[in-house]
Amino acid sequence: MTAPVEAEDETGTPDGTPRQELRSYLWGYGLSLLLTLPVFGAVAWDWLPRAALWWAIGAAALAQVAVQFRFFLHIRLKGQAREDLQLILFTALILGMMGGGTIWILHNLDGRMGGP
Amino acid sequence: MNTETGRHPGLNLGSGHAEAHGEAEALVFGFWVFMMSDLVTFGLLLATYVTMLDNLASGPGPKDLFELKPVFIETLVLLTSSLTYGMAILSLKHDPGRRLRPVLAWLGLTLMLGLAFVAMEAKDLHALLAKGGAPQRSGFLSAFWALVPLHALHVSAAALWLVAIAAQIWRFGLDTPVKTALLRLGVLWHFLDVVWIAIVSVVFLGGLA
Repeated sequence: MTAPVEAEDETGTPDGTPRQELRSYLWGYGLSLLLTLPVFGAVAWDWLPRAALWWAIGAAALAQVAVQFRFFLHIRLKGQAREDLQLILFTALILGMMGGGTIWILHNLDGRMGGP
Repeated sequence: MNTETGRHPGLNLGSGHAEAHGEAEALVFGFWVFMMSDLVTFGLLLATYVTMLDNLASGPGPKDLFELKPVFIETLVLLTSSLTYGMAILSLKHDPGRRLRPVLAWLGLTLMLGLAFVAMEAKDLHALLAKGGAPQRSGFLSAFWALVPLHALHVSAAALWLVAIAAQIWRFGLDTPVKTALLRLGVLWHFLDVVWIAIVSVVFLGGLA
């Protein structure tokens, strides 16, 4: 999947030869299916206790987001001229602070107000 | 090893499309910045939804309202449309004859899958109303209606953009503005699939687990 591009690459693009590019999209599609189907199955037929199911759903979702960023949006850890990855990581930081903070604060408030 | 680096998110057209490849760098990066701000919007609506999960006001909850099967089919449809969009870009990049037909065929298939997704989503939302799931019913339902239809609206807008680009291909051929527009729409299209994964996991799978 992350094999180095062959030296005789004639297209001269960072995405590899046409065959490698096609394979990259198919890998992305296959891995996405692999991360989708079992999770739906587990929810439909109650394969796991509830807490374990939630962890599995979260882990599969994070993995699939990483897969789609890598194979469909072609975000790599290196070899990019622009700061695409830094932008994602910064956005993730902002989201973690604002989204996580929202959930934390409101949950805490709910507890103090004797909510449901 | 390859010396040319990727200049922007999404597939790079490479030196075979020198003019479009050069122009794409700033255009696609700018679009990527916009996409990340959109990601913050969706992320915060998701966080709002999570804080509203218990605020049912004695109204219907996730298990009364959501069904797994249509969501499953929608997920497969949107994921497949991401693949067919990738095929459209690949046939743009690698067809030496610069033929329009393969690109248009893949775009047409992508459009049909996108429209199928929106139609199924509309049907689901309609069914939700019939079950007493109107947005004004509870805080939970307000948060749901702010989040999920916004994504469907994004897909609709992307489909409209796709039609506009296809018309430009028909009229002007595969010139540089069309190529860079296709790269930007590609970023949006794949990004909407990523957002859908988050929505499915938190709202539907999490709610029905």
